[in-house]
Amino acid sequence: MSSATMKVDRREFLQSAAAGATGLVIGFYLPSRIEARAAAAEAVTFAPNAWVRIGTDDTVTLVIDKSEMGQGVVTSLSMLIAEDLECDWKKIRTVFAPAAKEYANPVFGIQGTGGSTSVRGMWTPLRKAGAQAREMLIAAAAEKWSVDKAVCRAENSQVIHTQTKERLSYGSLAEAAGKLPVPSDVKLKDPKQFRIVGKSMKRLDSADKTCGRTEFGIDVRQPGMLHAVVARCPVIGGKVASFNADKAKAVRGVKHAIQISSGVAVVADNTWSAMQGRNALEIKWEEGPNASLTSAAIRKMLEEGASKPDAAVARKEGDVTAGFRSAAKKIEAVYEAPFLAHATMEPMNCVAHVRADGCDVWAPTQFQGVNQMTAAKIAGLKPEQVNIHTTYLGGGFGRRAEQDFVVEAVEISKAAGAPVQVTWSREDDMQHDFYRPASYSRFEAGLDAEGWPVAWSNRIACPSIMSRFFPGSVKDGLDESSVEGAADLPYAIPNILVDYQLTETGIPVGFWRSVGHSQNAFFSECFLDELAAASGKDPYEFRRRLLQKAPRHLGVLELAATKAGWGEALPAGRYRGIAVLSSFGSYVAEVAEVSVDKKSGEVRVHRVVCAVDCGRTVNPLTIEAQMQSGIVFGLTAALKGAITINKGRVEQGNFDDYQMLRMAEMPKIEVHIVPSDQPSSGIGEPGTPPIAPAVCNAIFAATKKRVRQLPIRPEELA
Amino acid sequence: MAIQFTLNGEARSVDVDPQMPLLWVLRDTLNLTGTKFGCGMALCGACTVHIEGEATRSCVTPVSEVAGKSVTTIEGLSADVSHPVQKAWIELDVPQCGYCQSGQIMSAAALLSKKPRPTDAEIDDAMSGNICRCGTYQRIREAIQRAAQMHAVPARQKASPEKKAKKPGGTAAMMPYEPAPAGGAE
Repeated sequence: MSSATMKVDRREFLQSAAAGATGLVIGFYLPSRIEARAAAAEAVTFAPNAWVRIGTDDTVTLVIDKSEMGQGVVTSLSMLIAEDLECDWKKIRTVFAPAAKEYANPVFGIQGTGGSTSVRGMWTPLRKAGAQAREMLIAAAAEKWSVDKAVCRAENSQVIHTQTKERLSYGSLAEAAGKLPVPSDVKLKDPKQFRIVGKSMKRLDSADKTCGRTEFGIDVRQPGMLHAVVARCPVIGGKVASFNADKAKAVRGVKHAIQISSGVAVVADNTWSAMQGRNALEIKWEEGPNASLTSAAIRKMLEEGASKPDAAVARKEGDVTAGFRSAAKKIEAVYEAPFLAHATMEPMNCVAHVRADGCDVWAPTQFQGVNQMTAAKIAGLKPEQVNIHTTYLGGGFGRRAEQDFVVEAVEISKAAGAPVQVTWSREDDMQHDFYRPASYSRFEAGLDAEGWPVAWSNRIACPSIMSRFFPGSVKDGLDESSVEGAADLPYAIPNILVDYQLTETGIPVGFWRSVGHSQNAFFSECFLDELAAASGKDPYEFRRRLLQKAPRHLGVLELAATKAGWGEALPAGRYRGIAVLSSFGSYVAEVAEVSVDKKSGEVRVHRVVCAVDCGRTVNPLTIEAQMQSGIVFGLTAALKGAITINKGRVEQGNFDDYQMLRMAEMPKIEVHIVPSDQPSSGIGEPGTPPIAPAVCNAIFAATKKRVRQLPIRPEELA
Repeated sequence: MAIQFTLNGEARSVDVDPQMPLLWVLRDTLNLTGTKFGCGMALCGACTVHIEGEATRSCVTPVSEVAGKSVTTIEGLSADVSHPVQKAWIELDVPQCGYCQSGQIMSAAALLSKKPRPTDAEIDDAMSGNICRCGTYQRIREAIQRAAQMHAVPARQKASPEKKAKKPGGTAAMMPYEPAPAGGAE
């Protein structure tokens, strides 16, 4: 989710969710009971808060209230609790939280995972939860020993009598601790005493993930469960006019064909039969308003949006008109980025079991709070009658903040009267996504006689994510998520104007890892590179000078450049490019080493040096992994990614025409972390934005050709 | 008509449409969900299993093709996450979301059974059919090299009769490091 999301307060979210395309009724309910108590081990006797469960058998169960989609929250959130709990790391087990009020994301006000908020939102609540439990266990031990609490300390799941050196295990104290009042004011550890936070801790979920034991949504199996696939109109926004399921029902294993809001569901006793049944359906579609829509028409809409005389002002500093008047040189450029699919490795899926008195939903979801309301409305139940069981997610990237896969499962289960798993094929997933918005960015800049920028004007036209997701957050035509990474340009330029023309295209758009930054970093950091080239200055030194008042940007920029050996000789044919951006509270600079084949124009990225300042580090091993991951995600898009539209249909369907970076194309990535005692900031997304501009700036160094449209097209570089 | 094959060392019989891909037989009929659906077109490698020791995409393999053959899935690679590839994966903290890792591990295990000390180029070649959307490739590459090192030690120990005596047989069908017939990875 975007940074802008965080500015939405809970009331506004509730209003907008009620009014928006999520189709929710007004009236918001979150159950107050802590269902996780039931989810935890039977031996649990001590549950002082929503996150810590300690059993008489010494088990420590931590409740993870964020979705694990690879970013490592099972481990990093456990670290935050364990640090102050002083428990034995080796004995920790984790469960995912149910949908409940206690687990609302403190940044959104509703339960969900996104916007790289997990660690920064949960730093204090989870440390407090651990400290609370620790203090109660110490108090229980002090009572047993009839000594003052000050004589006792906790270590490795034991309370130690510091004078007699006696020890009591947490398990043996659990029952007594459970009877004590929960302290509201607890002392957190001094960071100097940290034993876990800041250390490279191996993932808690690796063993299960290396033997096929991890349960993803698609792996949920319930007694009597049926399998469904859905035929959806190939034209985005189209609907079923009529259908005949006779042939589909003749397929071995097919049980039902049911019309639902998104199309026609075929329900069978296995997934493959359901797919065969779907192939045999005869459906007449009402194609709707997008039936003749093409990528060329969409590009024209964006171009027109960028050319309108007025626009919503996202940032205005000084007077750009005066700045341009004073300029010795004027540079102009237009940049464009395409729609992109999320392509999570686990396609969309969900299991629902709707009954008269309740509903269970098993989902690989990023947005439990809304799932519960969505399912309740469809099932005709109260939200408290809906249990959301969060599974592991086979990738999320923002796609699983949507509701469509939950809607389908609940609708089909309700109609079929059985537990149903809906599974999307890869083609379903790619052709019915909520895409990263296509965007059009027009720049003008003025340089003074010495080549330093004196005016920067940037008009962005693209569809709005927030107008569907959080309509209340779009004020006076400004969707801040559309301009993030552009309006917050960090460079010292006296006259800046960034404005925005909200331009809907008919194609649904959604949160895609790093959101607006994903395209705006490419636009701004490449255009800035153009200014450096126009002034004859080194692109690193140019940025350095303009970032003198932006110390954290400067810090990562200098670290990345130094580690990359900026300015030093490279093997023949290799060139460097650099980019820097702040997103989700973190600062990332990347230097890419690239070669371009003179004949084919094929781009090869050999090495990426990344410097990140994400405040105080929780798990360096995760930070490294997330930087690598974010870079691969952004590099895949830069080199290969484009969703195109013809006759209202997405032209790509699978990994043959929407390609992914593969092992043989993987650059060597080096990650350097800036030591910091600033509050921890986001890590799941900030690695993504700088890679496209770093690579494109390196391509310019290699070829003197500017890439102004993504993806990079080798034929234009040959 | 029932189709019989050996799955993770055990005889199995399934009565399904013979055209049903092995992937769906494993996942929906036999409830072995460790093998993943990713693309249905042998483009991503998430569904990789071993058929007679060969890394094979189960999403495009009709179950009729495995009749009488031996199939190993991620669940059968080792009984206790002790395969060198699995150990190296854990040691190097490879998985992120983890969804593709069953397929990655099965491809890596098949590679090492043929080439116990692969070069980086051989790793790239053998692993490029497996997509990881989280971008864990760098750690996968390191983990395969690490597994190759781990394997090198037991390979020498194998010659020692006392070591052999300590590890009685019985899992030979699941061990991927038996010399395999020559041929491509798929």
